[in-house]
Amino acid sequence: MEIQSAIPNTAISQNTTSVNTSPHNKNDRGRRRFAFDKFMERVVKIFSFFSPLLLILIIAGLVIKSIPVLQENSLSDLLLGSNFKPFTGDFGLLPFILSTVYVTVISIVIAIPLSILTAIYLSEYAGKAFLKFAAPMLDILSGIPSVIYGIWGVLVVVPFIRDYVGPWMGIETTGYSILSGGIVLAIMVFPVIIQIVFEVMRIVPNELREATLSLGATKWESIRKVIIKKASPGIIAACILGFSRAFGETIAVLMVVGNMVQIPHNILDAGYPIPSLIANNYGEMMSIPMYDSVLMFAALVLLVIVLIFNVYSRWVLNRLEKKLN
Amino acid sequence: MNLRKAEEKLFNILMRIAACIIFGSLFAISFTILVKGIPNMSWDMISKTPSGGFYLGKEGGILNAIIGSFYLAIGATIFALILTIPMVIYMNVYASPNSRLSNIVRLCLDIMFGIPSIVYGAFGFVLMLFLGLKVSLLAGIVVVGLLILPIIARTMDEVMRNAPKELKDASFSLGATKWETAFKVMVRQSLPGLATAALLGFGRAIGDAASVIFTAGFTDNIPHSINDPVATLPLAIFFQLSSPIAEVRERAYAAALILTIIIFGISLLSRYLIKKYSKHTV
Amino acid sequence: MEQNIPHISIRNLNMKYGNNHALKDINIDIPNKKVTAIIGPSGCGKTTLLKTFNRLIENVDGTDIQGEVLVDGENIYAKNADVPNIRKKMGLLSQRPMPLPMSIFDNIAFGMRIHGERKKNVLKEKVEYYLQQASLWEEVKDRLNQPAARLSIGQQQRLCLARGLAVEPEIILGDEPTSALDPISTKHIETKFTELKEKYTIVMVTHILRQAKRIADYVVFMYLGEIIEHGPTLEVLNNPKHKLTQEYVGGVIS
Repeated sequence: MEIQSAIPNTAISQNTTSVNTSPHNKNDRGRRRFAFDKFMERVVKIFSFFSPLLLILIIAGLVIKSIPVLQENSLSDLLLGSNFKPFTGDFGLLPFILSTVYVTVISIVIAIPLSILTAIYLSEYAGKAFLKFAAPMLDILSGIPSVIYGIWGVLVVVPFIRDYVGPWMGIETTGYSILSGGIVLAIMVFPVIIQIVFEVMRIVPNELREATLSLGATKWESIRKVIIKKASPGIIAACILGFSRAFGETIAVLMVVGNMVQIPHNILDAGYPIPSLIANNYGEMMSIPMYDSVLMFAALVLLVIVLIFNVYSRWVLNRLEKKLN
Repeated sequence: MNLRKAEEKLFNILMRIAACIIFGSLFAISFTILVKGIPNMSWDMISKTPSGGFYLGKEGGILNAIIGSFYLAIGATIFALILTIPMVIYMNVYASPNSRLSNIVRLCLDIMFGIPSIVYGAFGFVLMLFLGLKVSLLAGIVVVGLLILPIIARTMDEVMRNAPKELKDASFSLGATKWETAFKVMVRQSLPGLATAALLGFGRAIGDAASVIFTAGFTDNIPHSINDPVATLPLAIFFQLSSPIAEVRERAYAAALILTIIIFGISLLSRYLIKKYSKHTV
Repeated sequence: MEQNIPHISIRNLNMKYGNNHALKDINIDIPNKKVTAIIGPSGCGKTTLLKTFNRLIENVDGTDIQGEVLVDGENIYAKNADVPNIRKKMGLLSQRPMPLPMSIFDNIAFGMRIHGERKKNVLKEKVEYYLQQASLWEEVKDRLNQPAARLSIGQQQRLCLARGLAVEPEIILGDEPTSALDPISTKHIETKFTELKEKYTIVMVTHILRQAKRIADYVVFMYLGEIIEHGPTLEVLNNPKHKLTQEYVGGVIS
């Protein structure tokens, strides 16, 4: 009876028949609604466990598939070896790891300063007319699939590097290079970083701008010394997101980076990032011994780096926000 | 004083240059896709499957990839929605605010959002081995569904969290159970936002190549069952662009244009929804 | 205001915001080293008028300003006006205190550093001096390196006052500076204002008539973007000449 009395009675149908409004039916209906609600609570709760479970499954699945190769080779051989010959069982992944790092670093070095400057321009200086054109354009471009950026890389960036940058630097190159990969990636992450930085700069209260300006600061001083500082957690978050986008991007890079197993010596050399390794060799995966295990291990390396980076950046952001507030 | 002014001038110029570079390159991409794509668009292109092989055959179009992409993206979106809607309802209606489970779920979703799609592809491969699945539409739907799950879930979560608290209270005080509140009030209130989230996931699903390369395969045909391999637009672009035959590469350009148009349409639709949505909120 | 040289003179000032004529033919002199209060119902343009004094209003999109604002006889809307220096002449206290996202010390030192003061011991000395001016020193002297955001709202507002004073302005502008504060902090600020008018010209916007009565020497009453009446506080508030002023003072409109 306790449970029943706790049930709200408002949902009873306002029917005219006396049977339906009898107290017995009221409680019966209420009890059913209540039981159904309890049941659904359990159902939706079970679904909620799915997201941590999926994360664990992804890690566990890749770990399990990596075990064979880890039993045959030491971790340091895999991560620091530069000899990669699947037929002889040499699986040094260093060329791939370094290619990934180089491509990502190039893209970030290009993308972060340009994006932040542009976002500041959009939020603090640009007129309404320009924003009306820029905002939808960024919105659409951030949704454009990476393969489209890849096409553009093949058609424009690669020939440009081959015909202009290479000769200018005095290096012969096919144009398929880690620089091309970095440039294409940078263009891909422009919209992502700009949109977030723009948003966080917009959230900074106008009074803060007024407070700084009324102290006699120039507009740029108020932006550089105060607004950016206030928005810094968001700006850092934007850079992190841009970085992780660039780091794991596959197709666009694969199309322009050259895919040669070597440690690149300069930015016009071809490289072979980890995602390209995985995507390019899925066909042979089952026909060469241990090859599938190596590729899954490569995916695991990618995942672990992303996870570490994620956790670390969360820690940095937390500290920064504490410091500001 | 002059130094301060000079610094302001300098950065003003730098900002303009940066904006020019960025918008210039973004504009150049759109321009390239249009210029390469439009001459190659024809009725045959969008109404025929390639004949003589997607890599070497000169005849035919990319109907296989268009249909395949829609099958895959719609399937993946539905699959992801089935998993995310209960999750989001639990976090926003049943769980107490700041419940530990909700926080863990949100954290995991955020982490998964950052996992590259090639890793989802690799995981899909592992999953297929365990479940004994073949390269097929079904496997593609599962993996792409998991890939877009964090995006859909987090976007929906934000939408639901922004629904006015009073609405929930009002519903409870009318005697509605949590379930009734969830479906008759909260979901209805945030429906346009939820649709936007689904569109966002759909857009991501239709454009992703790295996760389907292992799992959905590629084919010249339109799949007849969920166990058939399926072609997708991104992979059609990727494979055909590297063909030595000019006619095949033209199919890639056409596919790129179609994919861009689809993404453009999705963006317009979600803008429209957001506009309509904000009309109904105070 | 006959006995005073005006510090700020406004001549035929009109401000349009889109189609909204927000300020209409404003002509007024703000007397030197007195407290002037701008009063009026909300939305009448008080804050807008205040922000035209240091050209902050330009930061709002789509504003169109015509007329002259003379500070020390110099038109701040002249084409070649040095805006940062004009703003430096006027400290601003906003409705919500806005500490800069840095430590208490750096908040005060910020303006001095911008204007070229680099010597550590000078900065230290001045930070202490201005914190004392704002009667905040005793409360914060042991935690100057903590983020300013951790101070209470009342302390934050006094911090903002000290920060404004530190760039050595001539004028203090207050935009309802006590509206977010508790009664004790309000009293602090009000007392400070009456002390500071020895050295500074103070203009404040307020919607509290009693506050105007307590601290202002002059009041300016605005209604729908126009100045209806202005003069010495007691004259305007006790014997309003205009009907609208009478209604406002009598509490009919608010």
